[in-house]
Amino acid sequence: MSGIRTAGDLVLRMQLAKSMKIDAAKQYVADKLGVKPIDLSDSDLMAEIRAKYGFGRSFDLNKSPKGIEAKFNIARKIGIKINSVELFMARAGLNKEGA
Amino acid sequence: MSEFFTRMGDGSGVYMTAEEIREDILKGVKDAADRGKIPELTQEEMDYLYKIITMPGNIVGVERGREVVSTSDSGSCKMTYHANIAMERSMAVLVSEKVLGADSVDIGNMDYSYKAVKQIIHNETPVMELAQLNAVMPVLYGSMPNLGLYTKPDGPVENWSELLPLAKIDEARAAQEEAVEHAVRDIVFVAGEMYAAGADGINLDTCGASGDADFLAGLLATEKIKEKYPDLGVEFGAAGEFVLGMHGKIEYDGAKIAGLYPHKQVKLAEKAGANIFGAVVNTNTNMSFPWNIARTVTFVKACTAAAEIPVHVNVGMGVGGIPMSEIPPIDVVTRADKALIEIGKADGL
Repeated sequence: MSGIRTAGDLVLRMQLAKSMKIDAAKQYVADKLGVKPIDLSDSDLMAEIRAKYGFGRSFDLNKSPKGIEAKFNIARKIGIKINSVELFMARAGLNKEGA
Repeated sequence: MSEFFTRMGDGSGVYMTAEEIREDILKGVKDAADRGKIPELTQEEMDYLYKIITMPGNIVGVERGREVVSTSDSGSCKMTYHANIAMERSMAVLVSEKVLGADSVDIGNMDYSYKAVKQIIHNETPVMELAQLNAVMPVLYGSMPNLGLYTKPDGPVENWSELLPLAKIDEARAAQEEAVEHAVRDIVFVAGEMYAAGADGINLDTCGASGDADFLAGLLATEKIKEKYPDLGVEFGAAGEFVLGMHGKIEYDGAKIAGLYPHKQVKLAEKAGANIFGAVVNTNTNMSFPWNIARTVTFVKACTAAAEIPVHVNVGMGVGGIPMSEIPPIDVVTRADKALIEIGKADGL
């Protein structure tokens, strides 16, 4: 699907975390983003959506969320737990379980 | 009589007539259906496969909206170890993400085996930690169960490949069963360390490479990983279309593992708790691409129909209809992808 050029990373996350088949995974992500499943592979549209929600892009704009920062936004908007985000919060003392 | 350019299973170019292509498609479908005891493709599906194979253009693509996602086998190693570009692996992850548009990638070690990785895990986890700080897409850690590494003189158990020719069947079986215990322990250990380093998933790649005991090691490791780290995704990738019976009597969940084809392999992976199944269908280098892709699509269609979890078809050199060639030709690679997705209903590649 072209990864972060579109919504490929988000769809893959639903397969890996929830064992969703391709159509179900696309539908889930599309519903969360308020678009149609077919839109998820539109790199032009998805660039706008990724910028709007701070999901990270191939060519990041200055002062835009990157890497782990973007994954915080993805976890919140898509409604999934991302391991590295949970670990970041714990190790930075940002949650109850934090050091 | 017009001819179409296509390829043989070794990658060499060949011109075939429409009749020859249709005949090879039918033979490939029947071979898969006979071996796997699965339904043949319908006439409509074979007609569409013929259309894909003979489409004009060097490359072809799926219909808009039918795009699927991809996982990898030693994905970040392709640039570093294989192409010999002097690059740290977490940097290769970012190149995969930002330049190549990968949906995910796995980090692996040069010796892509859990046994080897266990001993250097303290140098592997920082690579994952750095990748997780900088990457947006899911990053997995991948390796093979590779049961053969547990045999003497490099490992602790007797070598069943030496015992079998001596007709020491019971000893060979006992050695494999002991190796399974070692492999499961190593895989679960590495998975735990990678989970603590932020990995999104663990890729158990090429399960069954050493036969049915190797496949069992992957299944038992998957069970334990999901029990200890329920949030860690597991991709269970097969080694071949048919699990070799090096042991011959090993069972999982009441099913004999030896001899299982993809549509039955996936059910065991599901039972163990895998999130994604990597289906493999081997390429015959002596047969044409139409024969190989028809056979592959028949197996994959049966596998995805049986599966409750997503199926990512292996489409590397020598599997998934792709020629056994170091540089897979893009003309047949794109045709294989289109056929596997649109006819085989693959959830990913």
